[in-house]
Amino acid sequence: MLGYLLRRILAAIPVMGVVALFVFLLLRLTPGDPAAILAGDNATPEQLERIRTSLGLNEPLYTQFFTWIGKLLQGDLGVSLISNVPVLKMISQRVEPSISIALSTIILAILVAVPLGVIAAWKHGTWVDRFVMGLSVVGFSVPVFVIGYVLIQIFAIELRWVPVQGFRSIMAGFGPFFERIILPTCTLSFIYVALIARMTRAAMLDVLGEDYVRTARAKGISETGVLLRHALRNAAVPVITVIGTGFALLISGVVVTESVFNLPGIGRLTVDAVLARDYPVIQAMILLTSLIYVTVNLLIDVAYTLLDPRIRY
Amino acid sequence: MKNIILDIDKLVVGLGKNPSGQRIIDGVSLQVHESETLCVVGESGSGKSVTSLTVMGLLQKGALVPSSGSVKLVREELLTATDKRLRQLRATRMAMIFQEPMTALNPVVPVGRQIDEVLRAHTDLDARARRQKILAMMEHVRLPDVERIFASYPHRLSGGQRQRIMIAMALVLEPKLLIADEPTTALDVTTQKQILTLIRDLQRDHGTAVLFITHDMGVVAEIADRVAVMRHGRLVETGTLDSILRTPTMEYTRNLLSSVPSLVPRAARAETNEPVVLEANELGKVYRERSFLGKAREVAAAKDVTLTLRKGRTLGIVGESGSGKSTVARCIVRLIDPTSGGVRLAGREISELSRRLLQPHRKKIQIIFQDPYRSLNPRVTVGETIAEGPINYGMPRAEALAKARDLLELVDLPADAVSRYPHQFSGGQRQRIAIARALALDPDVLVADEAVSALDVSVQAQVLELLDEIQQRLGIALLFITHDLRVAAQICDDVAVMQHGRIVEQGPAAQVLTNPQQDYTRALLEAAPGRGWDFANFRPVEVAAE
Repeated sequence: MLGYLLRRILAAIPVMGVVALFVFLLLRLTPGDPAAILAGDNATPEQLERIRTSLGLNEPLYTQFFTWIGKLLQGDLGVSLISNVPVLKMISQRVEPSISIALSTIILAILVAVPLGVIAAWKHGTWVDRFVMGLSVVGFSVPVFVIGYVLIQIFAIELRWVPVQGFRSIMAGFGPFFERIILPTCTLSFIYVALIARMTRAAMLDVLGEDYVRTARAKGISETGVLLRHALRNAAVPVITVIGTGFALLISGVVVTESVFNLPGIGRLTVDAVLARDYPVIQAMILLTSLIYVTVNLLIDVAYTLLDPRIRY
Repeated sequence: MKNIILDIDKLVVGLGKNPSGQRIIDGVSLQVHESETLCVVGESGSGKSVTSLTVMGLLQKGALVPSSGSVKLVREELLTATDKRLRQLRATRMAMIFQEPMTALNPVVPVGRQIDEVLRAHTDLDARARRQKILAMMEHVRLPDVERIFASYPHRLSGGQRQRIMIAMALVLEPKLLIADEPTTALDVTTQKQILTLIRDLQRDHGTAVLFITHDMGVVAEIADRVAVMRHGRLVETGTLDSILRTPTMEYTRNLLSSVPSLVPRAARAETNEPVVLEANELGKVYRERSFLGKAREVAAAKDVTLTLRKGRTLGIVGESGSGKSTVARCIVRLIDPTSGGVRLAGREISELSRRLLQPHRKKIQIIFQDPYRSLNPRVTVGETIAEGPINYGMPRAEALAKARDLLELVDLPADAVSRYPHQFSGGQRQRIAIARALALDPDVLVADEAVSALDVSVQAQVLELLDEIQQRLGIALLFITHDLRVAAQICDDVAVMQHGRIVEQGPAAQVLTNPQQDYTRALLEAAPGRGWDFANFRPVEVAAE
């Protein structure tokens, strides 16, 4: 197992290398002079020359790449062209809201969706099943911002239970943190509940038709035992896959929700950077997103081996 | 008379809740006594499995519904029993083992714990007592190294071991009734023989009543005290083993018995001097399991296999699962690439050819697979399926479709089948379609990989007859892969017996199957169920030999 983990981590290095190369070339190979892109439309020739020297743009391409990688490994992601703040600092300020919301959303979604999916599969074809699947269609089809604004209207404006928007660090106390994170979490959960419940139901339906489920029933064990001990664990592999990729998506791109609740997260940072053509930030965000996906995929594969003894690497 | 354990009376099971709906079981009455084995035989769709699932209360809810009659287990009515009561009775009074030991155990739970669940659900024993009881039971079903197997996952065990685990699980609480639904069908003959002996011995020791469901007359002859024949959800006849096998009163039973292929090889055909169409020369296939940073593991699926097949002749490759017979077939057809040795097809070496250069030779050798339910593309019409090959080789579409019609007639299917889809046909008809598809390219060699194994005996007999007829008419050479010695005896001129990837014995069928020279061949023949009976002539083999 440990050897497998080590091999997988080693295998992730070339993947990240390719991503880094792509990110590097992104700026260098875009048509036009990178210095002109960075400096904007109104730059003077002197300014352009200064940028060229500071970025080493007069050096050969491979020298530039290795210098850039070297800095990257030391945590130097460059400086934002707009705010002149180091990119690493900008990201680290934005990471907490994004990770908090991603985690709380995925946990809430699992707690709600997995039981729903199990029950829907167990009561397959009855009104319970149709009700759960109907809910999931609603979850898929109502846009996130609609759910967000409806929740704000009810719980923040009418009932005044929670603030309308904003974010407080968990360092400032759990109460303020929780009451600001609960609405965005519920909002985002809708679609993930829909997704995970559907996946769980489908996987459970497959498994419930298996011979070993019939064997379990023939042993005279309780229906709960059949569902949880025999069926759910076998159905877990596809469900884990959806949860994992869903989590990665959540960290890197929940722009709409961040906008609705005015959260200073990574999603908005990315969008702002793209709109302002703030290349160093864009590069850093691509690298970060890839790293998240590579890590999540690794975790999913590790989960497979824990869930199913037949899967060995 | 011994106590009646199971009493099924005028049972009716319908499709859905509508009382006037189709009846899957229509008025079946059966009794099983203490220490008795009742074999329920019938072909697919006869309702034998539904009967057993009804007893266990394991019918799919809402889909199949018992509408009248009664099922009594030691005088207790089961059809009206609550779910809770049924759960109490399962594993304690009645238990069941299933056909597929590969899928009947939960793959993610160690087998010891799966047996333990039975004890936890039905007894108050503490963990240590349960473990001791389980280990004792595992020894009782003759499992080796029980401590290790207790902690093993199912995929680490062989098919026979898994079925022993199932039996241990079923019998650990000494139920009065054991229902065995085709428990040995998925096993090799030698393993089958051991499992049948085990069930017999356990039954003798514990006085269990056994309801044994099978389609295999050979198995019936080995294990039954009494036999019930079912067809289309109705009971055809019941009687003692001897009376059913010797003097069946019903036409259907007689036909069923007549369809069982005999182990005695058919009369040999005269040797011919026709040209050799297929030669395998020291053919080998090694699978390498590469692991990153790890050592490579090698598995030889086939070693030094040498075969010769002449035009118009049938060569059988027989052996148990894992013996390499399908690997050889696939190497010869080049569905997989052999790692050593050569294959000569109509005088041309094809084992080294690239895929592109192989293309013109592919049409000379065609294959039919085991499962007609999975080998035909469900979204393509039968006509398109058959015509696809010739069209690939440049035949105009209209001509290819006309040829498909002719071929369907050749395999006794109506010509209008061309525009229908595979799901509209029965298993036997689909296998005929598969044969027509293979013949569409006018091959010199037809490879049949377990081509009749998934079929009922009566259908099997028809398909074998068809293959024989086609061979005589077209002079095609047939390479017939089978695990079933009875089938091999009836269709092959020559037989090669394989074990662990090697051919252990090869020669004319009459010689190999009646006077085997190798221990392994002898063991295979001895394990063949019902070898003492000449079913088609309603008498034991000894009498026939006199």
